[in-house]
Amino acid sequence: MTSSWLLPALLLVPLLGALVMLLAGRGAERWATWFGVGVQSLGLLLTLVVLSQFSQTESGRIQMVVEADWIPELLVSFRIGVDGISVPLVALTSLLGWCAAVYTVRRVPEPGRARAFVGLLLLLQVGMLGTFMALDLILFFLFFEVVLAPMWFLIAFWGSGQRRRSANTFILYTVLGSVVMLLGFLVVIVDTGSADMVVLANGLGAQMSTGTQLTAALLILGGLAVKTPMWPLHTWLPDAHTAAPTVGSVLLAGVLLKMGTYGMVRIVVPTLPDAMVSIAPYLAAFAVVGILYGAMASYGQDDLKRVIAFSSVGHMGFVLLGISTLSVVGINAALFGNIAHGLITGLLFFVVGSIKQRTGSTVFAELPRGLYASAPRLGFLLGFAAVASLGMPGLAGFWGEFLALVGAYHPLVPGRFFYRAMLVLAAIGMVLAAAYFLKVLRRVGQGPTPEAQLADVATDEWLSWTPLVSLVVVLGVAPFLLLRVTEPAVRMVVESVAGTLP
Amino acid sequence: MTIQSIDLLTLSPTVVVALGALLALVAELVTGRGQVAIGVGLGALVAATPLAVLASGQQTLCNGVDASCAYVVSPLAVALQLIVLTSTAVVLLMASADVAAHTVPGGEFTFLILSSASGAVLVPATNDLVTLIVALEVVSLPTFALVALRRGEPRAAEAALKAFIYSIVSVAVSLYGISLLYGTTGVVAFDQLAAAATLTEPTPLGTAGLVMLLAVIGFKVAAVPFHAWAPDTYQGATVPVAAYLSVVSKAAGFGALLLVTWTFAGWSEIWAPVIAVLAGLTMLVGNVVALKQRHAVRLLAWSSIAQAGYILVPLAAVSGSVVWGPGVTGAVIGYLVAYTAMNLGAFGVVAIVARRTGAASLADYRGLVRRSPWLAVALAFFLASLAGLPPGLIGLLVKVRVLIVPVDAGVWWLAAVMAVATVIGLAYYLAWAALLFRRLDTADDGGPPEQLLIGSWTSTVAVAVCLALTLAFSLAPSLALGLVDRL
Repeated sequence: MTSSWLLPALLLVPLLGALVMLLAGRGAERWATWFGVGVQSLGLLLTLVVLSQFSQTESGRIQMVVEADWIPELLVSFRIGVDGISVPLVALTSLLGWCAAVYTVRRVPEPGRARAFVGLLLLLQVGMLGTFMALDLILFFLFFEVVLAPMWFLIAFWGSGQRRRSANTFILYTVLGSVVMLLGFLVVIVDTGSADMVVLANGLGAQMSTGTQLTAALLILGGLAVKTPMWPLHTWLPDAHTAAPTVGSVLLAGVLLKMGTYGMVRIVVPTLPDAMVSIAPYLAAFAVVGILYGAMASYGQDDLKRVIAFSSVGHMGFVLLGISTLSVVGINAALFGNIAHGLITGLLFFVVGSIKQRTGSTVFAELPRGLYASAPRLGFLLGFAAVASLGMPGLAGFWGEFLALVGAYHPLVPGRFFYRAMLVLAAIGMVLAAAYFLKVLRRVGQGPTPEAQLADVATDEWLSWTPLVSLVVVLGVAPFLLLRVTEPAVRMVVESVAGTLP
Repeated sequence: MTIQSIDLLTLSPTVVVALGALLALVAELVTGRGQVAIGVGLGALVAATPLAVLASGQQTLCNGVDASCAYVVSPLAVALQLIVLTSTAVVLLMASADVAAHTVPGGEFTFLILSSASGAVLVPATNDLVTLIVALEVVSLPTFALVALRRGEPRAAEAALKAFIYSIVSVAVSLYGISLLYGTTGVVAFDQLAAAATLTEPTPLGTAGLVMLLAVIGFKVAAVPFHAWAPDTYQGATVPVAAYLSVVSKAAGFGALLLVTWTFAGWSEIWAPVIAVLAGLTMLVGNVVALKQRHAVRLLAWSSIAQAGYILVPLAAVSGSVVWGPGVTGAVIGYLVAYTAMNLGAFGVVAIVARRTGAASLADYRGLVRRSPWLAVALAFFLASLAGLPPGLIGLLVKVRVLIVPVDAGVWWLAAVMAVATVIGLAYYLAWAALLFRRLDTADDGGPPEQLLIGSWTSTVAVAVCLALTLAFSLAPSLALGLVDRL
């Protein structure tokens, strides 16, 4: 195991970076953003090494495991590793973190204080990466919590509008969610005597009685659903997005939401298969309501950021629908949807953030029309991201949603008729999604050429966004690049469920 | 009762602290300097610490008739003694600046606080009800004087009186309870009571006696509804004394509670529901009222009430499959150890800020990071720990450790109350932490930073010790969670 240092290094690099920002004096304000780029570049480089060392053919196996005793009193050991389910999310996190760092260099939001801003972004990175690497329930919970304080500070101090209230809503909702999740974890740990996610997934969890499984699954899913967010637990999200600074929104939508659905695939489905089979149809129903609600609510918004926020509720609905089928295709779709949504919504929030920087607003009524004419490249990127988001075939957004529908056509769990009804409703939601993004494009992109030209996309913005744009295209044309990484791991997860079915 | 032998080495932690108290008084009389008294007090506390560890597993003051001993040092007792000794030392460091400024007389202060601490060292090692009550009174009586010792503060006398009245009422009630217990069982020694409790079903009189005994403990740990003295008393006293009450007085109370619940483990169906109600009320009332506080010390007072509620949870959940044992006591001691470090740290920062700026309200903490970056970062870390939010990992982990017990026992309502209480608690800790980093309304960007705020070196050391401990616990949580196993 020559590569065992990689994952700890990936966590240590941003952690040390955050410490440097904490210890550096006031003079660091000048070089803080560059320092952030350096640290995130190093992280991205390490992630590339991880990807190159990662064996795709064996992606069902947890690789690069690092293990150390930590808190025997709580049965907690420091155990991290990656497999086909988590490695794409680790890569997404590193990439979005790098994009955010590059974007920040010339665009530290009001009121400045670059040192603290960069430090918090790096701390956030530790929590996000750790969540996707953790192989121990309590460790997962701890990393899950690590992201809260930095994100709260980012919204409350660098946000706009109702930032303090939004930040408080965000943290209180998600803490309540994670405490509920913790209770579920403790049920599992107390009942099985183990907090090892791998052992639990490989049959130990399935030995729990169905009643205990149901209790644990409802608690854990309830907690994760807040983070995802699943309708009707999404109410914190639009406010948080509206108030958050641009990179905060990017990471919130791009990475933080994925922690919820990742937790479901990683923990709930393989550990509590009996319970998951019973809950799956309800999850599907909530998911579809979320899809329709997200689409319709998006249409009714008068603020660009809120449109995207509600569209996220819809997109995560597709991810949940994919998970709820418990089939190989469905869960693959969910994992693909996670990545696609992270790339596309990340790009959307970047573009909208840049529009806001130039015009001072994201409210339709206050935005100048005719972006295509006043800033053609920015307009193009907005159009590109919107079209990708509404699920245009040939771009990444399409596959997650299409495959989720395919999964719903052949669900692993009983209730084929029900799932097909859900499929039809979800497809309607896909069409409605087209409506609200077309509305956005008509309101912002088209219209009479304004007198004042807007500054078009700057070099640093190109640098920050190009990876996202390219990946949206690449994954849209060649989805198998990602699917073949997730597939073997998903098969392992689904087998654990299939074993419990008659 | 004839005492057979007195093993002074086993008794030495208590004796050394008590002697230190006297020596401190003499030292100030001789040298005329309060600081010397503080130094003598610190010396006694430091000397007592290894002695406490050495005495682990020993017993003394045994009577020849039935080989029952009045002083028994269990690992639990040593853990509690270490908490008491360390936190008293930190409080002395915090108070040193008050003594230097002549707002507090050094000799009397050290004498009183060490006298009280000697009682707190004694409490967890007692082995009968009478010695326990006497030891608890030794903890309490000096603290009334300590509270009143604040020169030129009219509220101090009122604060002391309030604590005094609550104390004597609760002691009277629990003495009555002890007499009932003695009446029903005929013994007062814990091991004999334990034997009686396992053999016999609880009688109505015994039940009443046990519930009454819990009253004095409720007062000590400031559990709702015995909490009303705490906020006024904390606010009226000097900040170090408030810190002392919030940690050492509570530690003595929890020591007594562990002894009493161990003794009556056979009657857990009586005390567990009582403690459960106390725990639930304490968590909810403490956190909800804390939301409204605008005064730093009052906020910490209500916060420490709420925290005591969390510490009660493991004992409250004892029922059915979960019995009194390491699973329960480990959670109590683990939380208490972590609470001691993070709570004393928060008080330490408040003491420095209060002394330097006279600031008392939360609003005065706005922009502290500009005046004293390190104090602000330290306070934010302590608050995050108390809230159970990373980076304050230990605060989160001990909450997890505590929560395991009701989940294991299936006492769901208690787990749910604790979950809700934790979320409520997050709101006020976070609001305070945010204030530290907020810009001052008056300060323009171009202007020079506010006058720097630096504590005396002793109070800085006090905060640094707490910060080092909280950080060490966060990195290696076993230090706190596994403390008892190592003694």
